[in-house]
Amino acid sequence: MAILKEKELKEKTKEIRRSIISMLAKAGSGHSAGALGQVELYTILYKEVLKHNPKKPLDPNRDFCIVSNGHTCPVLYATLADNGYFPKKELLTLRKLGSRLQGHPHKGLLPGVEHSGGPLGQGISFAVGLAASLRRDKKTNKVYCFVGDGELEEGQCWEALLFAAKEKLSNFILIVDRNYIQIDGSTTQVLHLDPLDKKCEAFGFHTISLDGNNPQDIRKAYKSALQEKKRPTVLIARTIPGKGVSFMENKVEWHGKAPTKEEAEKALEELE
Amino acid sequence: MKEKNNTSRAEKLFAKTEGENLKEVQGLGFFPVSSLGLIRSGFGKGICEAATTNKNIVALTADLRDSLKLGEFAKEFPERYFEAGICEQNMLSAAAGMTLNNKVPFVTSYAVFNPGRNWDQLRVSVCYSNCNVKIIGGHAGLGTGPDGATHQALEDMAITRVLPNLTVIVPCDEEEARQATLAAAAYKGPVYLRLSREKSLHILTKKDTFQIGKIQVLERGKDITIIACGLALQFALKASLELRKKGISAEVLNCSTIKPFDEKTVLKSLAKTRCVVSVEEHQIAGGLGSVLAETLSQKLPLPLERVGVNDSFGESGEGYELLEKYGISTANIVKAAKKVLKRAGKKASK
Ligand SMILES: Cc1ncc(C[n+]2csc(CCOP(=O)(O)OP(=O)(O)O)c2C)c(N)n1
Ligand SMILES: [Mg+2]
Repeated sequence: MAILKEKELKEKTKEIRRSIISMLAKAGSGHSAGALGQVELYTILYKEVLKHNPKKPLDPNRDFCIVSNGHTCPVLYATLADNGYFPKKELLTLRKLGSRLQGHPHKGLLPGVEHSGGPLGQGISFAVGLAASLRRDKKTNKVYCFVGDGELEEGQCWEALLFAAKEKLSNFILIVDRNYIQIDGSTTQVLHLDPLDKKCEAFGFHTISLDGNNPQDIRKAYKSALQEKKRPTVLIARTIPGKGVSFMENKVEWHGKAPTKEEAEKALEELE
Repeated sequence: MKEKNNTSRAEKLFAKTEGENLKEVQGLGFFPVSSLGLIRSGFGKGICEAATTNKNIVALTADLRDSLKLGEFAKEFPERYFEAGICEQNMLSAAAGMTLNNKVPFVTSYAVFNPGRNWDQLRVSVCYSNCNVKIIGGHAGLGTGPDGATHQALEDMAITRVLPNLTVIVPCDEEEARQATLAAAAYKGPVYLRLSREKSLHILTKKDTFQIGKIQVLERGKDITIIACGLALQFALKASLELRKKGISAEVLNCSTIKPFDEKTVLKSLAKTRCVVSVEEHQIAGGLGSVLAETLSQKLPLPLERVGVNDSFGESGEGYELLEKYGISTANIVKAAKKVLKRAGKKASK
């Protein structure tokens, strides 16, 4: 897979962000901040790192991307459509009756969706189980898993980390969307997680802290994860919630809100 | 029976309203905004009222303060408010622990997680030990809307009503939710309160008195009984008006306490009408319809038709749009009524 040129990547991430804004505005509800913050992580994963074939979404040789923080699915949907899993115009059916783009992803309904996410904490266990079974079979597929930082408050996540370390899942790469927001406020106020890197290290993970909106950082982190041969890897990706839209950036209230028509117009202008 | 005077509730509710600022509720009609309310807000008001007199009341949430309408409580009683983080299992067992210190904890999240995810904690930490904990499940049912199936609890009545010591309450509107919250606070023992997300018509007023374990007869009738709970009650009331146009007089019961079930009132109504339709926005299996089927088959075997979700998950869509799609609608209740009347050997129209 080719590395995107800097300008190309910039255009691509803007385009994905525009899709996210348009689909959320049309839906009239949904989660903006987390979706916008993870765009670079998704774009580089799907364009440069993940082994996948949109024409054969169930190819047994594929790498897996499991989205545990399912509420941020607009970024997954926009990325999948951009990669050719389904027509882009379908993005505008998000959350409508009869749509394949459910408010939270429904496995089996839409090509490229590997897991039914939404109830926080389950996806990470799902991913770890998949990785463990692949490893026992001596298969080389990788399992990438996105998890929210608020989501990490769920005890189930830490059960999954224990299991991943015990099973030495070097084929498992956990990506934490470390944006410091959740619904009731900043993650620091709601339930303090820091020092997250030390916790992950203590749990036996190859731990990388990075700027999750910086392409060079992201590429370096994915590369380092793929070189790890003994332990599972966690990328603690510091992202800006609402990234790219000035009035959404770092604002907790945009966790679970969709832009109005006027707000969307303003946002799209900024993303030109 | 003075039928004429007593039919006024459904009539009043669905009387033609004119003027501006009318809001459409799919399947029910157009209403002034003031005639609609949030069931959850009734809970939010109720817990503040109860907490003013009972200093032992505390509230916990798992990152869903405003969804569960706890903003006011958190402001008024900050020292009695706990943000548990996204940890529903820990939250519920922790609340049970607080009862050793005489606290009366109200534990809140979405119903799919509370009592969904933390059901084992509910079973043992709370119910087995008979701890005085109140479990508040928001966003129950299809009315949850665009978030989709993952967030629409359609099984919560089934998994709660099988637990010993647990009382299960499903308020139909804002006022009933307020009163049910006060009643739950006053009652000693575990209570589950099921709350919908969608706005609903104000059916009850301050003059109505909610009592745990008591069914309220909202419409008197003699040909058929319709029993409903929660958001679905509105459709039952509307269906009674449709049936009346066909000359069928329906008795409408508001079964807001699923457990303990008010057999007495149901059997009394059935002794008269000899057939019944149940309506709920929940799986038919395990919910109100099941309670009724179990009761009737043992005590008074009579024809029953059940309206509810039929062994399927929900999906994304607007709340009332989904209710219609999944058959919790006036038309479907009328259809079920005709069917059950026939089975009871009665004429389906006069
Ligand atoms: C088990 C569970 N509890 C509660 C919720 C409701 N909920 C949805 S998103 C969210 C906050 C998640 O925070 P985070 O993972 O940091 O995501 P972000 O706000 O950054 O997008 C909560 C509490 C849920 N989906 N699942
Ligand atoms: Mg977050």
